[in-house]
Amino acid sequence: MKQRSLLQRIIGAPYVLWAAIFIVVPLFIVAYYSFTDPNGAPTLANIKNLGEYGPIFRDSILYSLAATVISLVLAYPFAYVMSRKREKTQQIMMVLVMLPMWMSLLILTYSWMNILERNGIINTLLSKIGAGPLTLIGTPGAVIFGMVYNYIPYMILPIYSVMAKIEPSVLEAAEDLGSGGLSKLYRVILPLSMPGVVSGITMVFVPSVSTFYISQKLGDGKILLVGDIIERQIQAQNNYNMGAALSLVLMVIIVLSMALMKLFAGDTDENLYV
Amino acid sequence: MKKLLSILLAVLMAAVPVSLSSCGSNTAIESPRATYTRDLAGTTVNVFNWGEYISDGSEGSLNVNKAFEALTGIHVNYSFYDSNESMYGKLKSGAVSYDVIIPSDYMIERLIKEDMLQPLDYAKLTNYDLIDPQYKNLFFDPDNTYSVPYNVGLVGLIYNTTMVEGTPDSWAIMWDEKYKDNILTFDNPRDAFGIAQFLIGVDVNSENKADWDAAAEKLKEQNKVLQGRVMDQVFAKMEGGNAAIAPYYAGDYHVMKSNNPDLAFVYPKEGTNIFVDSACVPKNAVNYEAALMYINFLMEPEVALANAEYICYASPNTAVANNPDYEFYGDEILYPTEESRPVCEYFHDIDPEIRSYYEKLWESVILDS
Repeated sequence: MKQRSLLQRIIGAPYVLWAAIFIVVPLFIVAYYSFTDPNGAPTLANIKNLGEYGPIFRDSILYSLAATVISLVLAYPFAYVMSRKREKTQQIMMVLVMLPMWMSLLILTYSWMNILERNGIINTLLSKIGAGPLTLIGTPGAVIFGMVYNYIPYMILPIYSVMAKIEPSVLEAAEDLGSGGLSKLYRVILPLSMPGVVSGITMVFVPSVSTFYISQKLGDGKILLVGDIIERQIQAQNNYNMGAALSLVLMVIIVLSMALMKLFAGDTDENLYV
Repeated sequence: MKKLLSILLAVLMAAVPVSLSSCGSNTAIESPRATYTRDLAGTTVNVFNWGEYISDGSEGSLNVNKAFEALTGIHVNYSFYDSNESMYGKLKSGAVSYDVIIPSDYMIERLIKEDMLQPLDYAKLTNYDLIDPQYKNLFFDPDNTYSVPYNVGLVGLIYNTTMVEGTPDSWAIMWDEKYKDNILTFDNPRDAFGIAQFLIGVDVNSENKADWDAAAEKLKEQNKVLQGRVMDQVFAKMEGGNAAIAPYYAGDYHVMKSNNPDLAFVYPKEGTNIFVDSACVPKNAVNYEAALMYINFLMEPEVALANAEYICYASPNTAVANNPDYEFYGDEILYPTEESRPVCEYFHDIDPEIRSYYEKLWESVILDS
């Protein structure tokens, strides 16, 4: 650890202040609410009641794990191909990946509702060729799809950025040393791209596990995730304390998963976002 | 690239004044019934209302808030909410202060119980005589102390005539296997439970947990035929023919019908929920006089008419209901006659313990699906 100079401290001060006010203090407020009742008296009731939400936590984790794995499987080859293209093509592909992120998640999700509907675009096309209608909306698949669609850029970008740094000469060397095809992928590309993969997994898993809008809209009100329960506790039941307790557990899950990923990433210096 | 950008900017700048002038159309009422002073000009009235629940000047309608500003010089600071509960949460937190709020009946009952509203000075509400007496002295405000009715609504069954055989007359059709995956219900516990309660003949305001258990069982039975639980998405679903049957608010049926003529509406025989949304002034209001003026303004025949035609809900204002020029004059769905009027029940404020009990049940119903 290098000693920080006075200048660095001065430059960093506003950020430290910002983080204290808007990140650390709210965390304490969440913790305070978790351990009090609506009248402010200390209680463990909220924490005890958490047990009832076991199945919902399980579902949230399963759904977001599925979304993370699918994103990884799709994003990895894409990021590799992208990193080996000409610079101009890379830029265009980058814009294409980023494009959906310029629009609000709400609008994207609402559009998908119309696409996946009973008489939506997909089913209209299917019926033209004599197939289906398929039940798309209101299924676990639709919710996972929504997560993948919304968060896959966060998987592609970190993987791409480490892949782009792999020198072509490294790959050539691997080939010269008799490492072709699978072996090249396994022994060279994969280890070198690990930091990006780890960041990508975290950045898809974390927003997926805490989402509520996607599950409500694409789940047709039949799928409840932790985010939905927290929203209901606060918006519909005005129970900030239970909502805070649920949020606290969600935060613990997120911190644990990030710690786990850090473990996997090992001691590389290139931990991008973890 | 630069050239393109400057062309775009030029087009944008040319378009702005056009769009600005076009929306400044209807911002005054012709002949106010009450007298309005400009004594409070320059002050602000904070209004907190449901979303899409006031005529806002779109499509040539009256912009109610602008008209009020023009008449009184009071600035209207208008914000909105999407449920009684979220409004309550904000008000309860004490972090905000509103001068006018428009909650539903049972929420007004709770607000009065918790001493969060202040009595209105009816001497200043000179248009109050326009309110239909059947909406006065209701259970939530029996002595007419705190509230002025703004809108009335009923829940009914909307169905697609191309997908449903015959004319349904019972909530039971929402459990019919024939329409499996084509049935929608409300995505909020009180309304969804209400339907099951009407069907099995249990009081919608029951304080007996067993009654709620029975209704929850009924709702679980419904899971296997249900396409989904929706609120605002019901418009897209019913208008697009994506579902055959959905319960919703009568006024909204008119909106859906105008986009899909195949839709029809019925009040089931078992009874249904009626609600009244009324204007109130919270205890911590800062501009009480302006609030009264605003509420009085909402009852102006021209304003109430514009609102009734914009929102499409029934108006408790006799100047609207009896106006032959009103778009929904004599409409049997919004204004059922003695004979066609369904059995109606108001939702009352329920004991907090029962409330959290049915919220839990509601989660179990969803998890079961």
